[in-house]
Amino acid sequence: MNTRWNEKLRRNGFGWALVLPSLLFLGMFTYYPMLKSAWLSLFEQNLAVRTPVFVGMDNYKALLHDPVFVEVFRNNIWFAVGTVPVSMALAFVMALFADKAIRGKGLVRIAFFYPNMIPMIAAASIWLFLYMPQFGLFARFASWFTGSEVNLLGNPDTVLGSLIVMTVWKEAGYFMIFYLAGLQQIPKDLYESASVDGIGVLTQQLRITIPLTMPTTLFVTVVAITNAFKWVDHLWMMTKGGPDHASSLLLYYIYETTFSFNDQGMAAAMTVVMIVLLLVISCFQFAGWERKIHYQ
Amino acid sequence: MKNAAELSLSAKLRPEKAKQSLNRKFRFARRRRIAGQALWHAIMLLFAAAWLIPLIWMLRNAFLPKDASIGAGWSWDFTLDNFSRVWQGAPFGQYMWNTLLVTSGIFAVQIVTLTLAAYAFARVAFVGRNIVFMLFLVQIMVPSDVLIFSNYQIINELGLLDTKIGIMLPYFASAFGVFLLRQAFKQLPYELDEAARVEGCSSLGILLRIYMPLSRPVYLSFAIVSISFHWNDFLWPLIVTNSPENRLLTVGLAMFAKSTEAGAQWTDVSAATLIVTAPMLIGFLLFQRQFISSFMHSGIKG
Repeated sequence: MNTRWNEKLRRNGFGWALVLPSLLFLGMFTYYPMLKSAWLSLFEQNLAVRTPVFVGMDNYKALLHDPVFVEVFRNNIWFAVGTVPVSMALAFVMALFADKAIRGKGLVRIAFFYPNMIPMIAAASIWLFLYMPQFGLFARFASWFTGSEVNLLGNPDTVLGSLIVMTVWKEAGYFMIFYLAGLQQIPKDLYESASVDGIGVLTQQLRITIPLTMPTTLFVTVVAITNAFKWVDHLWMMTKGGPDHASSLLLYYIYETTFSFNDQGMAAAMTVVMIVLLLVISCFQFAGWERKIHYQ
Repeated sequence: MKNAAELSLSAKLRPEKAKQSLNRKFRFARRRRIAGQALWHAIMLLFAAAWLIPLIWMLRNAFLPKDASIGAGWSWDFTLDNFSRVWQGAPFGQYMWNTLLVTSGIFAVQIVTLTLAAYAFARVAFVGRNIVFMLFLVQIMVPSDVLIFSNYQIINELGLLDTKIGIMLPYFASAFGVFLLRQAFKQLPYELDEAARVEGCSSLGILLRIYMPLSRPVYLSFAIVSISFHWNDFLWPLIVTNSPENRLLTVGLAMFAKSTEAGAQWTDVSAATLIVTAPMLIGFLLFQRQFISSFMHSGIKG
């Protein structure tokens, strides 16, 4: 009996000792900051109110009535609506092409994936020039279309769309990778027997490929939506959220509120909103994981 | 279906003519398939070409003399002046060294923390394992980007602002890596464990001599994902650092691009952008297959 107890104690001590280093860092930079944000969001503390004052849910109420926050939130929704479906559809089509042994597939893989390898800040500096009025390639192209000079990033109507185009360019290749992996798991004889039955290529994609890559699609959807709320570097470089908050996104607004306006209570409240949002999105991912496990 | 029935009917009546029409039908179908393939190739290669435009644009401007970049037409002028000017204008060598230190430092510590935790989750049955495992999941769901505000305060309280350690500290543990590695460890046969134990090997010895070497591909995958992520990271290093001695490449590039008068000096900024992106781009071109397969790997399991 005693030796069994000893063994149990040793095993538990060993297990906890092994996870302790990770747990320590996670605690310091994930759990503690989360709790701290939740706590701070109940206080008012900014340039005017130096010592924190307990205000309960007032920060959250103020957020609802803050026209800028509402606009930024709406921007972020539009940003997600604009980037997620387009980049995923492109990724799917690209993966179909890059999966089969056809001419040019190596080039397509490289062309499509390289944007993922360069920092967002570098991509932003390249695209800043592409969009620059008069000189930029895309700006010239746009003004050739409309007949007048176009400032794509300086106009509230076009700025978000321009950033969406760039983000699709940056992300589609990343999602292509997941689809490539998904495609490889589909048994090839399914296509062979479909061909023998005289079923056309398009119908095969519709009936075989799309249903069988559903777990991948679910996974990619969650990653894409999460990313839509995380991209922020390009704003710092290209627009600073302007003109007139037309291109600002949630995380950038948190950054501004923290470091430019020094409004800690509000920044904490927004952080909590972001955390809740991400947790909700991730729950869908869990459902997806569950399904994937059942498949195996 | 109707067509086929008609054909077979006509085949009975006039075999010669039916054969001809069948042949024509096949030939038509084949031609249509080839045309479809050609169109599909053309569209995809067009997409690929469109995707390369920003890269070509950057390369062109990086090697173009300053005044030629403002002209409307295409110019074949070539110069390396931009690079020497940029290299003197900002300490990019120092930035690159810093980035190298930070990314490899993060990865080195991660290897240790990941391996230990992954082994515990895969092979040690300790009380509370499932709860701790759930706690780890939280980090995957809430990435540190969102927590910049509180993490900045913590780094500040620790007195580590504007240090390389301050940039690295939040990333020393990676729940994502733990998951990746735990999966790999779980797939190793248990018999190896027992055999080694019979030979008198300790738990840590088994981890070091059996688990780690056998999981090398997973470590490689994680290395590529982790290093490319931290090489490219921007906002956190921007917040934490404010002196050139500790600035990373991405932050240096952003500062450089903002300080130059936009428009007139974009050849310089293009050259700087090329300097910053070159290491990752070259690495990617050389080891394209490994890069893509490691991203696939991490995607499937992550």
